[in-house]
Amino acid sequence: MTDLSLSNQTFATKPAPPNAATTFRLPTQWIGVAPFFIFALMFLILPTIYLVFGAFQRSDGQFTLDNILQLVSDPSISSSYWVSIKISFWSAIIGAFAGLAIAIAIVRGGLPSWTRSATLTFSGVASNFAGLPLAFAFLATLGRVGIVTTLLRDVLNINIYAMGFNFLTTSGLIAVYLFFQIPLMVVIIVPAIDGIKKEWGEAASTLGATQWQYWRMVVIPVLWPSFLGTVILLFANAFGAIATAYAFAGPALNIVPIKLYSQINGDVLHNPQLGYAIAFGMIVITGLANVFYIWFRTRSERWLK
Amino acid sequence: MKSGKFWAWVVFIVGAAYFFIPLLATVEFSLRMRRGVHSFDAYQIVLGDARFQSTFLYSVVAAVFTIILGVLIVVPAAYWIRLRLPQLRPIVEFITLLPLVIPAIVIVFGYIRMYGSNSPLPFLGSNLGANALLVIGYATLALPYMYRAVDTGLRTIDVRTLTEAAQILGAGWGTIIGRVILPNVLIAVLSGAFLTFAIVIGEFTMASLLNRPAFGPYLQNIGANRAYEPAALAIIAFAITWGCMSLIQILSRFAPKSANRPN
Repeated sequence: MTDLSLSNQTFATKPAPPNAATTFRLPTQWIGVAPFFIFALMFLILPTIYLVFGAFQRSDGQFTLDNILQLVSDPSISSSYWVSIKISFWSAIIGAFAGLAIAIAIVRGGLPSWTRSATLTFSGVASNFAGLPLAFAFLATLGRVGIVTTLLRDVLNINIYAMGFNFLTTSGLIAVYLFFQIPLMVVIIVPAIDGIKKEWGEAASTLGATQWQYWRMVVIPVLWPSFLGTVILLFANAFGAIATAYAFAGPALNIVPIKLYSQINGDVLHNPQLGYAIAFGMIVITGLANVFYIWFRTRSERWLK
Repeated sequence: MKSGKFWAWVVFIVGAAYFFIPLLATVEFSLRMRRGVHSFDAYQIVLGDARFQSTFLYSVVAAVFTIILGVLIVVPAAYWIRLRLPQLRPIVEFITLLPLVIPAIVIVFGYIRMYGSNSPLPFLGSNLGANALLVIGYATLALPYMYRAVDTGLRTIDVRTLTEAAQILGAGWGTIIGRVILPNVLIAVLSGAFLTFAIVIGEFTMASLLNRPAFGPYLQNIGANRAYEPAALAIIAFAITWGCMSLIQILSRFAPKSANRPN
C-alpha cells in the first residue's frame, strides 16, 4: 500500500518512460512476490534439498555414496528405473504426437465448432482421469472379464490374454497412460495453436507462401517450444504417476514410484537412507529431461527473434 | 483443404473411439452387478457407503482450499513480475516448473521427513496440520498449471498500460488487481482452478502417504477389494468432475472477456 503513493509520485513528477519506476527500487517492490517465494522455499525447495542431502548420508549422518551406488548395483531397483523410463518416454512421445494431431484437427481442421469445445472440456476431465478411476475403467474394459475382452472372445473369437496382452507389461501401461497423456497435451497445446494468429497465415499467403512453407516457417517454429516443453511435462507426468499402476497390481509392480511408495510406507528395503537415494534418482532423471528442454528452447528462441 | 478436413475428421473420430470405448465399457460393466440384468446396484452400494460420502466431501473441501491458496500465491506474483520485476521472471518460471521435475511422491516424502511431529514445524503432529499440509502439497502440485494459466492470461493484456491508466484514474492496488487485472485474466484463473480441481479430487499418493481420509485412498481400497463397485466409482468420479468443470466453464461465459469491450 505504501507503494501506491510512491509510484503515483513517480508518475506525477516524472513524465519519463515507465522504466523509471523499475530503476527506483525499495524493499516494498518485493511484497507482491514474497508469498510466492516463501511458499516455494518452504514447501518445494527445502523438502527436496533435505532428501538430496539425505541421499548422501549414512544413518549416522556421515557422508557416503553407498545409497546412490545401491541404485545401480541392486538389480531390482535399477530395473525399476529402466521400466519407468521406458514407459514415460514412449507414453510421452506417442501422447504428444496424438495430442498435437487432435489439437490441430479441432483448431485448424475446419471441423464444426462443437468439436473444439467438446474436446477441450473432455480433455480437461480426462487429463484428471489419471489415477485410480482410470485403472478401474481399463479393468472394466480390457480386464480378464472386461466388456471388450469378453466381446472379442465371444463375437470374434479372439482371446487377447492368450495373445499375451497384459496391463502389467510396458506396452500395456503405455496404452493406459495415453488416456491422460493425450488430453494433457491437448489442454496445453491448444492455447499455443490459438496463439498462431490468422493474420500470419494471411500475410504468408499474400507474400506467396505455400501451405507447406507457412507450416514449416511459421507454425512449427512457433509451436516447437511449447510442444517440446509439453513432451517433457508428459514424461515427468508419467514418471511420477503411481496410482494407476498401483491399482493394477498393488505394490508388486516394479516401477520407481511404487518402489519409493513401498519404501516410505513400510520400509521394505530396510534402509531409510535408500529411500532418499531413490527420490534423488527420480529428481535427477526428470531434471535431466528438463535440462534438455531448456537447451532446446533457448536454441529455438534464438530462431524466433 | 478438402483432404485436410477429411484427415481432421479421421483424427477426431479415432481419438474419440480411444477415449469413449473404455468409458462406455465401464458404464456397461458397472451395470452388471446383478446377474443377467442391468441394474444400478453397484451405484446404490457405493453412494450409500458412508465412507464414500465423507471421503468425497473431504476431497472437495481440500480442492477448494487448494484453489484459494493457489490464486493467492500465483496471481499477485505473476502480476507483480510482469509489472515491476521482469528480471525475476526466469527464476519464478523455473520454480513453477519444479513440481514437474520433482514428482509428487518425492515432495510428500520430503514433507514427511521435514514436518514430522518431532520437527520444529510439526505439521504432521496434528490433524489440522496434516490437512493443511495436504492442501499445501496440492497447491504445490497445481503451481505449474496455475502459474502458466495466469501468466498466459496476463500476456494477452497490456498489464503496464492498464495499471497506469487505473492509477491515473486514482485506483489503489486493491482496485487495480481486483477490478482491472483479475477480470481480464479471470478466464485464465478459472482454467487454472479447473486444472487444480482436476488434479486434486482423485489424488492418491499425497493423501495416502499423509494418511488423510481423502477420496483417493478410498478408491484404492474399493478397487483392491470389489469387482463392480470400482467401475461405478470410476463413472461417478468422471461424471462429478465433468459436472464441476462444465459449471466453471458456464460461469466463465459471464465474465468480461477482454478490455476491448464496447462498453
